[in-house]
Amino acid sequence: MSNAAVSLPRPASLTLNRWVLLWGLMILVTVVLMMSKESLPWAFKYPRAWQLPLAGWISDFMKWLINSFDLGLFTFKDLTRGLAWLVEQPYTLVRSLLSTGFLSGVGSDAVQVFPRISWLALIAGLMLLGHYARDWKLALLVGGCFGYLVVFGQWDSAMVTLSSIIIAVPIGILGGMLLGILGHRSRGFRMVLIPILDLMQTVPVFAYLVPVLLLFGFSPVSAMIATIIYAMPPMVRVTLLALEHISAEVVEAGSMAGCSRRQLLWKVLLPSAKHSLMVGVNQVVMLSLNMVIIASMIGAGGLGHDVLTALRRLRIGEGVEAGLAITLLAIALDRLSQAYANRPPPMHHTRPPALWQRHPHALVFLVIVGLTWALGVYLPALNTYPESWQITTGAFWGDLVKYINVNYFDTLESFKNFLLLNLMVPFKRFLLSLPWVAVVAMVGLGGWQLGGWRLGLLTASLATFIAIVGLWTKAMVTLYLCGLAVVIACLIGVPIGILAARNERLHRIVGVIIDTLQTLPSFVYLMPVVMLFRVGDFAAMLAVIAYAITPIIRYTDHGIRHIPGELIEAARQVGMTRGQLLHKVQLPLALPHIMLGVNQTIMMALSMLVITALVGTRELGQEVYIALTKADTGRGVVAGVCVAFIAIISDRMIGAWASRRKRELGLE
Amino acid sequence: MSDQPAGERPQSTGAAAKLCCKHVWKIFGDDVPSLIGADGSVDEARFESGDYIGAVRDASFEVHDGETFVIMGLSGSGKSTLLRCMTRLIEPSTGEIHFESEDLMQASEAQLIDMRRHKMGMVFQHFALLPNRSVIGNVALPLEVQGIGKAEREQRALDVIKLVGLEGREQYYPRELSGGQQQRVGIARSLAGEPDIWFLDEPFSALDPLIRREMQDEFMRLQNVLHKTIVFITHDFDEAIRLADRIAIMKDGAIIQIGTPEQLVLHPATDYVEEFTQGIPRAKVLSAGALMRDVDGDNFAGKVHASVSIETQLDAILNADRGAVFAVYDDEYNVVGALPREVVVELLSASQRQE
Repeated sequence: MSNAAVSLPRPASLTLNRWVLLWGLMILVTVVLMMSKESLPWAFKYPRAWQLPLAGWISDFMKWLINSFDLGLFTFKDLTRGLAWLVEQPYTLVRSLLSTGFLSGVGSDAVQVFPRISWLALIAGLMLLGHYARDWKLALLVGGCFGYLVVFGQWDSAMVTLSSIIIAVPIGILGGMLLGILGHRSRGFRMVLIPILDLMQTVPVFAYLVPVLLLFGFSPVSAMIATIIYAMPPMVRVTLLALEHISAEVVEAGSMAGCSRRQLLWKVLLPSAKHSLMVGVNQVVMLSLNMVIIASMIGAGGLGHDVLTALRRLRIGEGVEAGLAITLLAIALDRLSQAYANRPPPMHHTRPPALWQRHPHALVFLVIVGLTWALGVYLPALNTYPESWQITTGAFWGDLVKYINVNYFDTLESFKNFLLLNLMVPFKRFLLSLPWVAVVAMVGLGGWQLGGWRLGLLTASLATFIAIVGLWTKAMVTLYLCGLAVVIACLIGVPIGILAARNERLHRIVGVIIDTLQTLPSFVYLMPVVMLFRVGDFAAMLAVIAYAITPIIRYTDHGIRHIPGELIEAARQVGMTRGQLLHKVQLPLALPHIMLGVNQTIMMALSMLVITALVGTRELGQEVYIALTKADTGRGVVAGVCVAFIAIISDRMIGAWASRRKRELGLE
Repeated sequence: MSDQPAGERPQSTGAAAKLCCKHVWKIFGDDVPSLIGADGSVDEARFESGDYIGAVRDASFEVHDGETFVIMGLSGSGKSTLLRCMTRLIEPSTGEIHFESEDLMQASEAQLIDMRRHKMGMVFQHFALLPNRSVIGNVALPLEVQGIGKAEREQRALDVIKLVGLEGREQYYPRELSGGQQQRVGIARSLAGEPDIWFLDEPFSALDPLIRREMQDEFMRLQNVLHKTIVFITHDFDEAIRLADRIAIMKDGAIIQIGTPEQLVLHPATDYVEEFTQGIPRAKVLSAGALMRDVDGDNFAGKVHASVSIETQLDAILNADRGAVFAVYDDEYNVVGALPREVVVELLSASQRQE
C-alpha cells in the first residue's frame, strides 16, 4: 500500500524533469548565444543573402495573371470583369431602390424616373420587422438606430453602405453554406477546406485587398467582393459544425424514411440545422459591417468612406458621427438577425388563417410604401429628410477634445510616457535582442511539449518562414505589441469575468456591455484613443486592448459558471470559504476554458493590430498597409501570411494544451 | 410444436425467414478490409491480437415472418449497431444479410432507398422527430419523399395517426407533445410507408416507467392488428420477456443465446444469461407444457393450455383443492400431460425465495 503510494508520483516527476532540463538547456544556449553576439551575427539578424524573394514572385505571378493569362475563349481579366458585372447588377438595383432612385441617363444629366424608398417607409418597414421578429421593444430600438441616421444627416451614406451589405450578406451566406455542405459531404474536400479557412480567418484583410483591387478595380463591387471573402469563412465553419451536430438519430430517421441524398439535405439536414445556421448568418452580417470602413479603401463609399476621410483629416466630430452611424447600423442589424434566429418554434393553429392574417407585417409595410410614394409627390420631405431639420454634434466633439487636451494634456502625457519608458520600450528591446534561431527553437520546443513532435515541427517551421522572408524584426514588434496588449487585457478581463461569474447582476451588466463592444466595428476603437493619445504604439496598444478584451471576460465568466453544480456543492460541504472555492476548485477547472478565451483574445488582438497600422505602428500590420497603398501584392500577401502564421502558432499551442487538460479533467 | 395452425403466433421453427443474417461482423479499427478474406471470413487470430473493436461479431440468426424478435443486451453490447447493419445505416464489415429474397449487401443506393421507402420502418430511442414539422408533416415525410401528392399523403398519414391514437393532434408540433405522444408520432411515421419489417431501437427506453408500460401495451395492441415482422432492441429483460416471441442475448458484440423466453429461463446457455433470468418470476414465462408430468389417471380438476404461460392461468390452478391435478391440452385439444397443483405452488414459492 505504502509502496504504491510512493512509486506513483515518480513517472510524473520524471517527465517534468525532462522538460525542465530541455528548457534549462534552451535558456542556457540562448544566453551563450547572446554573449557571443559578435561572432555569430547571422543568428541575430537573418542575412539578406539567405532571404527568399517570395514577395517578388507573388507580385510577378499576379502581373502575369492579369496581363497574360489566357483561358482560351477569354482572358483571366475578362473572367474577373465578368464576375464583377454579375455582382454589380443586383447592387445597382438595390442602390437605386434605397439611395439614388431609378435614373435614366448618365452623370449629371440623369433624370429620376422613379424615387427611392422614402426614409419614413424604410424605418417603418424595419420596425415592423423588429416587431415580427420579437416585440415592440426591438422595433423601437431599430427605429431609434435608423432615426439617428436620418436626424444626423447620415442617411444617404448609410443607404449606400446598406445596399452593399444587402448584396454581400446573402452571397456570403449562400456561398458559405454551399462550401460547408460540400465539405460535409466529402471528406477529401473538407481536408482541403479547413486549412484554407484557418488561413483566411487569420490573414489580415488588408493583405487580400491588394489582389482584389488589382483584379476588380477601385469600385464598390470590389469592396463587396473583399467583404464577401472576409465574411464567408465563419459561415462555412458554422455550416460544417451545424450539419455535423445534428443528432445521428434524426439523420437515420431521414434515411429510413427513404430520403435520397438530396431529399435528406433539403428536408432533414438543413431544417434541423436552421437554428445553428442562423448564428452564422448573424456572424456574416456583423463581419460585413466590420468591413465597411476597410472596404472603403478600395472604393466602397458610404459611411466607411466618411469615417476614413474624417480620420485622415483628424476631423474628430465628423468621424465620431459617421462611426456612430456604422455602430448603430451594426447594433440594429445584429439585434434583428439575432431576434429572427431566436424566434420561438412554431405552435399549432386551431384553424388555418387567411392570407392577411398570416402576413400582417408585410401587408402593413406595402401599404406604407405605397402611401409614401404617392404622397411623396406633394410632400418632398417624405422622400428626402430636409436638411434644415438635421442636427450635428461635430462641434461638440471637437470642443470636447480641445477641452481634454487643454486641461488634461500633462496628466495623459505623463501616464503615457511612464508606461512607454518603463514597460513598453524595455520589453520591445528585449524581444528584438533575442537571436531568431533561439526563438524558433523555443517555439518548436513549446509546440513539442504541448502537442507532440508534429506540432513542434509545425510551429518551428512557421516561425522559420517568417525569418526566411525577411520579416523577423517586424514580427517581433508585432509580438511585443500583441503580447503586452493580451497580458493587460487578461489582467483586466479575468477579474471582471470572475466577478461576473459570482454575481448575477454584474453578469447581466457585463453581458450588455460586451455585446455592445462586440458590435462595434474595429475602426471605431481608434477614434477615442487617437483623440486622447494621438498616434503611436501606446494609442495602438490601448485600441487593441479595448477591442480584444471581450473574449477573455466572456470565457472566464462562462468557464466558471459551467463547472458542474455538484462539485461546487461538494466543495461547500467540506467547508471551503469563497476564496478557497475560487482558487482550489473554480479556477483550476475553468482554466482550460479561460485559456481558449485567451486564445480568442490573441486572435482579435492580431487582427486589430493590423488596423492600428493607420495610427503609425511599425510592425507587420504596417508592412501590409504600406503594400496596400503601393498596390504591391507580394509584399502585402507575405506580410499577411506572417501575421496568420503567428496566429496559427499560438492557436495550435493553446488549443493543444486546453484540449489535453480538458481530457485530463474529464470535462469532455 | 411442429406444424403451426393458422392464426397462431409462430414459434422458433416452421415459419418462413423474413430476414436472415449470416456471419455478420462490424469491426472498427485501422485497415479493417485487410482482415477479411476473399470468402468474407474474418482472420480471427489477427482480429484478437490487433487493435480492433468488434462492435458486432459473427452474428447469425433468422427472423421469421410475423414474429417479434427481440435483441437484448446491455449498453455497448452492439445491439444497436447490429440493428443498423440490418438496415445498412451502418455498413457491415462482412457477412450476408438477406431480406425476403433479396441480398441486402448487394443492394445499390437506389435499391436501398426503394426498400426503405416501401418495406422497412424504424422507430428511434429519442424519437428523432423534425421540430420544424407538425405531427402530420413528420408522419407524412416518408410518403412525401416518395413523391406522393399532398392530399393523398395527408390522408394516409391521418389514418396512421388515428391508428396510434393521436387523432386531433395532427397540427401540433413535437415540442407541444409529451414523450409518450412523441414516440407515438415516431411509431406512426415508421408505419406510414406500410413496411413489411419493423425495426424498433429501444423505443421506450427514454420514457418514464409508467408510460413505458402503457406504450408496451399499445405496441402489443398494434401488433395484434398489424402482424408485422419485428426486430425490437431493448436493454430491459422484463420488456424482452413481455414482448418477444424469441430473444437474442448479446454481449460484447456476439450473440450468446437465441431462444423463446421459456427456453432462456429453463436452459440458460451461460451464467451471464442465467443472471438476467434470475429476477424473472418463473410463472410469467413458463408454460404448462414445460412443467407437465406424464398422465397418470383421468381424475382432472380442470384444463390448462400447454403453450400459454402459467401466470395467465394461475387463479384457476391455485383456487383448486390441495392435491388437484389439471389436464394439459395442446392446440388440437388433445390431452398431452398432467399438471399437479403442487408443482405450481412449489414453483411460486421457489421464485419468492429468490426475491
